[in-house]
Amino acid sequence: MRHILSILLENHAGALSRVAGLFSARAFNIESLTVAPTEDPTVSRMTLVTSGSDEIVEQIVKQLNKLIDVIKLIDLNDGPHIERELMLVKVLARDGGREEVKRLVDIFRGRIIDVTDTTYIVELTGASRKLDAFIEAVNGELIMEVVRTGVSGIARGTRALNVGTPTAAPRTPTKAAKSADRAARGAANPAHLL
Amino acid sequence: MRGAEIFVQALKDEGVEYLFGYPGGAVLHIYDELFKQDAVRHILVRHEQGATHAADGYARATGKPGVVLVTSGPGATNCVTGIATAYMDSIPMVVFTGQVPTHLIGNDAFQEVDAIGITRPCVKHNFLVEKVEDLAPTIRKAFYIAASGRPGPVVVDIPKDVTADSCEYYYPKNIEIRSYKPTGKGHPGQIRKAIQLIFEAKKPMVYTGGGIVLDDAAEDLKEFGHLTGFPITNTLMGLGGYPATDPQFVGMLGMHGTYEANMAMHHCDVLIAIGARFDDRVTGNLEKFCPYAKIVHVDVDPSSISKNVPVDVPIVGSAREVLREMNQLLREADFKPRDKSNPWWRQITEWSALDCLRYDRTTDVIKPQYVIEELYAVTRGDAYITSDVGQHQMWAAQYYKFDKPRRWINSGGLGTMGFGLPAALGVQLGFPDSIVCCVTGEASLVMCIQELSTALQYNLPVKIINLNNRYMGMVRQWQEFFYDRRYSHSYMDALPDFVKLAEAFGHVGMRIEHARDVQPALKEATGMKDRLVMMDFLTDQTENVYPMIASGKGHHEMHLAPGNPQPQPSDRELA
Repeated sequence: MRHILSILLENHAGALSRVAGLFSARAFNIESLTVAPTEDPTVSRMTLVTSGSDEIVEQIVKQLNKLIDVIKLIDLNDGPHIERELMLVKVLARDGGREEVKRLVDIFRGRIIDVTDTTYIVELTGASRKLDAFIEAVNGELIMEVVRTGVSGIARGTRALNVGTPTAAPRTPTKAAKSADRAARGAANPAHLL
Repeated sequence: MRGAEIFVQALKDEGVEYLFGYPGGAVLHIYDELFKQDAVRHILVRHEQGATHAADGYARATGKPGVVLVTSGPGATNCVTGIATAYMDSIPMVVFTGQVPTHLIGNDAFQEVDAIGITRPCVKHNFLVEKVEDLAPTIRKAFYIAASGRPGPVVVDIPKDVTADSCEYYYPKNIEIRSYKPTGKGHPGQIRKAIQLIFEAKKPMVYTGGGIVLDDAAEDLKEFGHLTGFPITNTLMGLGGYPATDPQFVGMLGMHGTYEANMAMHHCDVLIAIGARFDDRVTGNLEKFCPYAKIVHVDVDPSSISKNVPVDVPIVGSAREVLREMNQLLREADFKPRDKSNPWWRQITEWSALDCLRYDRTTDVIKPQYVIEELYAVTRGDAYITSDVGQHQMWAAQYYKFDKPRRWINSGGLGTMGFGLPAALGVQLGFPDSIVCCVTGEASLVMCIQELSTALQYNLPVKIINLNNRYMGMVRQWQEFFYDRRYSHSYMDALPDFVKLAEAFGHVGMRIEHARDVQPALKEATGMKDRLVMMDFLTDQTENVYPMIASGKGHHEMHLAPGNPQPQPSDRELA
């Protein structure tokens, strides 16, 4: 099963290679990995998408926690969460094809951010599945180049990952927090799927 | 204070007695400071691999971190085997590698290597010291990380200019690392669940590993053993964690474990694993591992739990703390220890009666097992034994009955040939008045033979027990069993004359060719308190290590030595 892990790690040279090295040394999967400093410049936040059985993902989480540079991590799949990925696609846009691509971009709520006589660059944001769906929808012969950022993810409701607070929701959540969580869980058609 | 002075002062503040090292360009400032003092004693090895193994042996025997100092480039790469050895067995070690000056890093400078990158997969953590202000705190962190939690080696890479630069010296006593908080006490609810299982168990079994030794929990394990009356087995790394002469001890388990230990593992209904990691050499075929057991696993490293075998009651915590907690609860609950008359113990006694470690004692050809048994007798079981890797290692583990922890020093996880001799030097430094023996074979021994010079320089009277069968015995054994006796490159041709070799290095050499000479020779050698003695035992060439679980087999499918009755009871009748 696909899991999204959010990891806070020390913003040191080499911290990234410790994580990457762990995955290759132990033959774990990485589907995507993004990392950047947070509001606290000593801390980087990494979002790592992996897949495997529950046992494997449990082992991945434990091994990551064991790395000295890893401050904290959560498996976003443990609760409701939002994921986003940014994609830029350069497509051939000629003659009649120009209109068709434009229509598709509108349907997917993307934007065309660069236009030449023969090409468009399309910017699209969303869950990875949505980006996959766009690529499937566009005639493959038109696609010149695709670049994706990999997934960024965040938990919904009061569950938050930062250096100062516990990783799980507080043991006795406030009333407001409880109802926010309920709302998050109960959302029938969460906006993040679009 | 200059960086080099800070380095030496930090080691003093850390209480480092011995520094195993080899000088070179990038660490010359540090060596100059070492020259000016004698609080930290530098042991000059003959190869950097020897430095790491010696520091490792010292750490295993004393419990204090081993400390190594080498130069950049080849100095660092020569350490990798020793660092990996310590990593696999969770040995606290701090390795300082010199590095080219910071402005040259990345320029392919002379003797430059990415030591941090090369060692990353085999260290608990590593550091590159970028400026002199970071030097003292980094050294403190390195020692703290190496020795706490699940211990392990830490590499600190120090560019040459950092040792020349100056800053004020401050050595922090305590250190906080926000991303590193090792667990101590186990979860009380989980411990209660474990106690519940202890009460319910009809066929209990206790399986403990190196964690007992590393955490100095042997006394607590002994108490746990006596409070419960349960049978106890140790892994290769855990030998000495429970006294081998105690009647509840059923021997080592695993590939070359005893029949009774492995059978008890297979048939137990509650398995209590403490400080062990379910290594493949221990478990055999995972599909057939402990099929009837509920498993409790106590380990300080959460990633060891349910890694290979799913566990029913995981307890993250230090072996010592959790054992104390469990002992306390057992005393409070007035647990009645199982006595030997109950059916489970009667069954185990029946398995033991098979005497699976029997071998031919009538011949005058030297049986390697006999040498170990005599060594045990002559040293009254009180020696420190290091070993290399192979058949001799298994025989030492099977036939030397370790009653105390930290007496059995071997490379269990990585299986590093060449470990034994330098490790013995480290042990002897830690315990100058004790008998330290290196049980080895002629193939392993020559892998770090150069350290005989180190032994002479520092007058380390190690006794080398060379079980010389003119083969890489374990390789030969597998070729005999699994490759139709095609002995591909496992015969040791062109061997040196080990007696002359010892003498050339300034030591005493002995050759022993008959069983009747074994005991007198051992007595004579151990009597030479101030000389290293190389004892070259010409042993039976084709002796094999038994019992054995072939790969893919379960604990109940052991091969016993030929000539033994092989009463393999069917699975069903015992279930």
